[in-house]
Amino acid sequence: MRKVAPSSGLRRAEALAGYMLSLPAFILMWAMLLGPAVSVVLLSLTDWNFGEASLRWAGLENYVELWSDRVFWISLKNTIIYVGISVPATVILGLLAALLIESVAHGKAFYRAAFFVPVASTLLAMALVWEFMFHPTVGFINQLSAFIGLPTADWLQNPGTALFALIAIGVWQNLGLAMILFMAGLTAIPKDLYEALSMDGADGAWERFRRVTWPMLGPSLVFVVAITAIRSFQVFETVAVLTEGGPSKSTEVLLYTMVQQGFTFLRSSYGAAITVIFLIFTLGVTLLQTIALERRTHYG
Amino acid sequence: MVSRLSLLLRHAVLIAGASVMLAPFILMVSISLKPPGEVFAPQFSLLPQQWYVAENYTAAFTRVPLARFILNGFFVTFCIFLMQALTALPMAYALAKLRFRGRETCFALVVLALLIPPQVPAIPLYIALWQLDLLNTYAGIILPSTISVFGIFMMRQFFRTVPNDLIAAARMDGLGEFAIVWRIMLPTALPALAAFACLSFIWNWNEFFWPFLIVQDEALMTPPLGIAFFSNAEAGTAFGPLMAAATAVTAPLVLAFLFAQRAFIQGVTMSGIK
Repeated sequence: MRKVAPSSGLRRAEALAGYMLSLPAFILMWAMLLGPAVSVVLLSLTDWNFGEASLRWAGLENYVELWSDRVFWISLKNTIIYVGISVPATVILGLLAALLIESVAHGKAFYRAAFFVPVASTLLAMALVWEFMFHPTVGFINQLSAFIGLPTADWLQNPGTALFALIAIGVWQNLGLAMILFMAGLTAIPKDLYEALSMDGADGAWERFRRVTWPMLGPSLVFVVAITAIRSFQVFETVAVLTEGGPSKSTEVLLYTMVQQGFTFLRSSYGAAITVIFLIFTLGVTLLQTIALERRTHYG
Repeated sequence: MVSRLSLLLRHAVLIAGASVMLAPFILMVSISLKPPGEVFAPQFSLLPQQWYVAENYTAAFTRVPLARFILNGFFVTFCIFLMQALTALPMAYALAKLRFRGRETCFALVVLALLIPPQVPAIPLYIALWQLDLLNTYAGIILPSTISVFGIFMMRQFFRTVPNDLIAAARMDGLGEFAIVWRIMLPTALPALAAFACLSFIWNWNEFFWPFLIVQDEALMTPPLGIAFFSNAEAGTAFGPLMAAATAVTAPLVLAFLFAQRAFIQGVTMSGIK
């Protein structure tokens, strides 16, 4: 076959094709994601309410108002509690499930599917089942608590427990995702590391975990923590259908507050400011993830 | 002996865990079979004493237009996937295989867009759709999801593994770049595209946030929104019909998941996103 040196004409044709093929996705990406994300930042610096004819540049006024808004601080605190508890719980239980499933020879596929189905299911429909499970008299959870002698409660209607009930639902839904990601990480660990360890004479399950699995799982761990944290910050559905932020604001979370302000009260610019705070948290998680991974590759 | 015992213990823990994970599904189906009196019975039993299947499911499909919700779900997810594939495949090919100025910048923008949670564009998109008079329409539900930067990213990674010789040979045969995307790249990418189709279907079937914001008309509701609407209308009394509706909405998903489990898990492992 004759080698064809790419002439400048061919080069230009290739570049033109590149632009044409990228164009539809490029336009939609700006129209639906990047453009609106920039707009939300700009909108948060105005005083615009939905439907108003005029708009005034307001600088940081919305953020100053947020600073002294009691509900916003409650919402932020609840969101941080939600993320702070559900992330470690999801990650630890997901890792445990992955390790156990990898360690048995039979039933792997069944266990994996059983733990993973909640990730693929309609959270909204399942939230209603959970509402029934948390029912004060006929709910599973109270019946079980009573049976083993633990206190019972009206979990979703009690300000002291409602947020924790939602955390339980969140952990139940995301655990399978953490498990799947850990299983992918586990299969990537070279088998000869375990063989080398057993030649050193250390062959207990705990030794294997502490000296090979745990250190080799580092990058997966960082990734799973970041993904779980980002998903947890997005908690909304369970709040919207089960508690509506109550009782007495005990389940008010960032996205719910954003929807209340931006859509129910039509305060678009104020809702945009809350969106910006939400975005900053999400990007912060990604930044921490990048730093953690880089540190490992440089010094690990 | 010790290892036998430990294996047994591990299976016991796994079975207990799997039971907890599956309990809500079992409970959902169980309640959907029971008459109201048995739902609130103090002693729980898996199967009803008096079967109430026909009554509950008929109620679910007649008290709200549940069949309509489910059809809406299929229609919306199909349109979204079609648009996502039509836009993502050409760009993914260009980013993976063609040389042009700005390619790296374009890919960097895709990665940047991946970091933006789907709720962030909501307020500006709502305002834009209001101006275009598209609130409360199918177009309004579909448009914001027509682009999947995740799809672009996933297909680009896949196209990079396609040998350049294949493309060079197609060019020798006189195929243009546009024809190469649809006649050479698409067939080789079918497994990856199938995995993406599963993910796209499941995510968009379950999507609640956006339809919740822009749909008021009952006739346009997608399955999750329809279930929430039903639950509100019944105000926590008709658990049997409600669980029947929840079962009907969850069934297509669980079936799709079981069918395409491998592809789905691969896709999720690649992304971890969402």
